[in-house]
Amino acid sequence: MSGRSDSVAGSTSDAVSGNRKGRISSGSPTGAGPGLLRPAVLFLQHLSSITFLFQETLRWLLIKPFQGKPLRVKAIITQMDEVGVKSVPIVFLVSFFIGIILVLQTAYQLEKFGATNYAASLASVALTRELGPLLAAIVVAGRVSAAYTAELGTMMVTEEILALEVMAIHPIAYLVVPRFLAMVVMLPCLTVMADLVGMIGGYIIGTTTVGIRSTLYIETTLDAMLLKDILTGLAKSVVFAGIIAMVGCYMAFIVKGGAEGVGKATMISVVTSLILIILADCFFTTIFYLFL
Amino acid sequence: MRSGGVTPPQKTDRPVRRNKGPATSPRRGEIIIRVRNLVKSFDGRVVLNGINLDIERGKITAIMGGSGCGKSTLLRHLIGVLRPDSGEIWVKGKDITKFNESEMEQYRKRFGMLFQGGALLNSLTVKDNIALPLREHTQLDEKIIGMIVKMKLELVGLRDFEHLKPSQLSGGMQKRVALARALALDPEIVFYDEPTSGLDPVVGGVIDQLIMDLSHRLHITSVVVTHDTRSAFKIAHKMVVLYRGKVVAEGTPEQIQRSKDPLVQQFIHGRPDGPIPLRQSSRDYLEDLMDME
Repeated sequence: MSGRSDSVAGSTSDAVSGNRKGRISSGSPTGAGPGLLRPAVLFLQHLSSITFLFQETLRWLLIKPFQGKPLRVKAIITQMDEVGVKSVPIVFLVSFFIGIILVLQTAYQLEKFGATNYAASLASVALTRELGPLLAAIVVAGRVSAAYTAELGTMMVTEEILALEVMAIHPIAYLVVPRFLAMVVMLPCLTVMADLVGMIGGYIIGTTTVGIRSTLYIETTLDAMLLKDILTGLAKSVVFAGIIAMVGCYMAFIVKGGAEGVGKATMISVVTSLILIILADCFFTTIFYLFL
Repeated sequence: MRSGGVTPPQKTDRPVRRNKGPATSPRRGEIIIRVRNLVKSFDGRVVLNGINLDIERGKITAIMGGSGCGKSTLLRHLIGVLRPDSGEIWVKGKDITKFNESEMEQYRKRFGMLFQGGALLNSLTVKDNIALPLREHTQLDEKIIGMIVKMKLELVGLRDFEHLKPSQLSGGMQKRVALARALALDPEIVFYDEPTSGLDPVVGGVIDQLIMDLSHRLHITSVVVTHDTRSAFKIAHKMVVLYRGKVVAEGTPEQIQRSKDPLVQQFIHGRPDGPIPLRQSSRDYLEDLMDME
């Protein structure tokens, strides 16, 4: 039924990518030019749609609650549990072992200078500034953006999102805002845990295998750790959280054509959020390096 | 414009009009939805090509047509999900195509919609699904909401199932629950998208009976989009046949049945031969074959 698929696409873009305002013609860009121009136009269309989704999310998060449309606290807490609390074990696991690896690898080189105790400071700086936020984000991106896209994408295909819209329940307010807020709150928390657990992993291996004295390890770690490092790490993790939530939800809203479409969108969603996380990381690290 | 082959009204009390200018008010019943010259195209393909339609208050109007004739698109315009390229949709004296966000929200609270697949939220129980519009749009407390949910479920005969998830129900039961949800806010109008498709004849008959009961007992205006002619003839007060984005015939079921229009006859009897082509290729067959290498 070609008429049906067309109209579903129409309602998606109406709900999300703002077709109603004539911003883009999401879907098949048959009007786009030939050759290289087409992917470029497609890219810009996606960019403008995802920006629109972000803008709408912020509107429902920051402005609408003051216009008598309160946030759905229960849904937010459920989502926080889902993406935050349930990600704790895997974040612990990954960061613990990365802490161990980090100390072992740096000690291997620092041994040549007889400066193995600096492995402690290196681990703490690397974890708070870089690896904590990045690891937490990558682990959560795999878990959460896939889950968001698969869940909301299936709802898209089964017309559940359309049904919400027709019941005058705004899909962005009902589905996207709780997920976005849960991510933005929980990912920095997970990052702090990743920092801490990574350092504990480093401490255990550093004091046993590498043979740094326990008090010296702790002292070096505390000396090297600056509040600035932790804060920049947390700032980055907020950005990563936004990327994961937005990409996960956006990819769901553009799902087309049944189960196959959902699978494809889920894959694209994970890959896209990973790439965007790395790019954003590079960008912010440069900014922090130059200006802080 | 193609003239519908509907025989002129003889002893009917409902006038038959065929896409001719402004509405003359019918003798009985009030027009609640008025569609005028609705045009919509996707990527240059015209899907709705000047639809004119009147829907009477408290009556069951069946919109029929084959796949791809534009009936689903028309329905999506009526519920305000799509905006037309041109044309107007007047609902109770207001043009919904010009509505802003909050007006649309108000409009949507006053109608219910039954989706083809039910479209119940799979993460919620039956009770929460039906309670959702009540919790979102009313200030009623949980006890009252619980009572309303039970009443709506009783209406569709599924009161025992409120604690199950939609995935634990059969297709027909899901549709009945979805109907209960559509009725949660006591709407004036209910839209049905293919209410009987994919159901066995008995369950389909149950849904038909529910639609008729709602119309007769509660005077709810029903708009049924369907290609199930058997069901449409059973329930409808008025039928509208769409073909290629246009209304080709409208009238009471008897008038449609007696219609001399070969297009209408082919559709209602499901004949493979007739003016509706089986093949939908735009190119010449021979030319297309020769082009293969």
